Amino acid sequence: MIPAAAAVQRPTDAKLLVVDASGHITHRDRVDFPALIEAGDLVIANDAATLPASLFGVHLPTGRPIEVRLAGTRTLLARERARFTAVAFGEGDFRTPTEHRPAPPAFDAGDVLQLGPLRAMVVNVLGHPRLIEIEFQHSIAETWEGLARHGRPIQYAYLQEPLAIWDTWTPIAAAPVAFEAPSAGFILDWRVIAAIRARGAAFATITHAAGISSTGDADVDALLPLDEPYFIPESTASRIATTRRRSGRIIAVGTTVVRALEDAAARHGHVRGGTGVATLRVSRLTPLRVVDALVTGQHEPDTSHYELLRAFLNDVVLERVTDEANARHYRTHEFGDSLFIAVRRAGPAKAGHYVCGPAKAGRYVCGDSGNSPDGQR
Amino acid sequence: MSALDISGLRVAITGGTSGLGLALVRRLLDRGAQVAFVARGRDGVERVRRELPRAHGIVGDVSRKEDIHPIAIQMLGALGGLDVLVNNASSLGPVPLAPLADTECEDLELALATNVVGPFRLTKVLLGALAASARDGRAPLVVNISSDAAINAYPGWGAYGASKAALHHLSRIWNEELMAEGIRVISIDPGDMDTPLHALAVPDADRSQLKSPDTAAGELVALIAAHIRASQRVLESAR
Repeated sequence: MIPAAAAVQRPTDAKLLVVDASGHITHRDRVDFPALIEAGDLVIANDAATLPASLFGVHLPTGRPIEVRLAGTRTLLARERARFTAVAFGEGDFRTPTEHRPAPPAFDAGDVLQLGPLRAMVVNVLGHPRLIEIEFQHSIAETWEGLARHGRPIQYAYLQEPLAIWDTWTPIAAAPVAFEAPSAGFILDWRVIAAIRARGAAFATITHAAGISSTGDADVDALLPLDEPYFIPESTASRIATTRRRSGRIIAVGTTVVRALEDAAARHGHVRGGTGVATLRVSRLTPLRVVDALVTGQHEPDTSHYELLRAFLNDVVLERVTDEANARHYRTHEFGDSLFIAVRRAGPAKAGHYVCGPAKAGRYVCGDSGNSPDGQR
Repeated sequence: MSALDISGLRVAITGGTSGLGLALVRRLLDRGAQVAFVARGRDGVERVRRELPRAHGIVGDVSRKEDIHPIAIQMLGALGGLDVLVNNASSLGPVPLAPLADTECEDLELALATNVVGPFRLTKVLLGALAASARDGRAPLVVNISSDAAINAYPGWGAYGASKAALHHLSRIWNEELMAEGIRVISIDPGDMDTPLHALAVPDADRSQLKSPDTAAGELVALIAAHIRASQRVLESAR
């Protein structure tokens, strides 16, 4: 697979690799995505808008230039002084792949960083010299203004041109809480949403503060994904309940939606409205309690994103998916081609045997409706 | 939201430090709304922040492409979402007013950038938040401030009138297209008001003949409240 080198959200030649509930693979044009949606399905996307999370400035104790990339937070929209987990880099910009960037200066708790108009204090060093917790020394309004005016979206070395903030907002972007774009949502525009409705399916959103996806530093990347706060609107929770009662499928747009919904379901037995912090790492061991299908980007093996796919596909099918994507030159990364995985066919589920679909789908762990506390699924 | 009301409504207003915009900020705060306002000048924003500490002041110029996302980030960060957007900031074009034959192309461009393209960009970037508001049953509304110069051909008002005509028509088409998303877009003419903009356009106007911005703001708040009540009735009948 090759990285998509241009920041075009919906290239007309984008491809979609489709894995059906039997593990069978087909290839489609991505514009045909709505044709995969059936009446009664519920499509759920992450409506987080992307923060300009890359801040250049100076480490005041040493006077050395640094780049700080906000990478995660515990609260969606802070009301007090804003604290973030951040990844720090030494001098240089996105033209240098992050793995070749110089290390940042050694941080101590209490160090002050001047990031354009913003002052931030290092609160903690988090188990790796690049990974710090910082707190902005400003009111929330000043922090928003400083981020909005001084921050730039996190850049990618594989792109030819610098990313502008508008390249990173999906058409449905709402609350500015994501550190990198929830890029699976690039598949959506308002016509696609209308087409989903026209097929008799419904559309809903959650807000999930998608954290940084990779840093180029294997030790830091091993700590990803960080904990991510999310918000599930009551309206979305009730649509999920209705959809499942009527045996429609829950189709997640993006892995962040999977993480939020499955985290909520793992905690409460079902998806309820409200805020939460996703600590669940979705992997081959994660039973899918809620999500029946996923549309997502194409990503390289050895990423946390790829690991999440193991909750949907067994190793044999996943390897075939990767081989086919390579053979057909699927483009990877945020602006690349897409992957659709269904683990359950549309239409009424068999009683007492919910998510797996036919055994051939090869999911690792199948839930059993008998065990769920509220009797859903 | 159990009972839809102005109270708790999340409202953003451009051109919020003078005239109709400022009057709207005051009235909406009085009714318990959460309000963010935008203006170009930092001094003006600071002045209104001091007078109305509950309002979220944002420095930005809607005619500049680079300012749109920073404005939206601050609005959504401060309000946590958006139910009502009032595109009120306006440019007259040439000052003093000039016949089209004497209007510099750059002045026409500025009027279009401020009165048409800016509101278009801001509305577009906020559509995600407005659609989320609609899915929550909060009846989102975009109000574009128009003028009778959008309809009538007043000599001397070419740049302004043409730009407001475009905004008016844009509003009507947005409204048709966004119906399915549950977002309403309206364009309203608040009438001739005693505002800094009007004073620039007609310096020797008899101000006693002009509507006060506060009166116009009161009418607009009543209109927003009526829209919300009507939407609530529709929602209830759909249940």
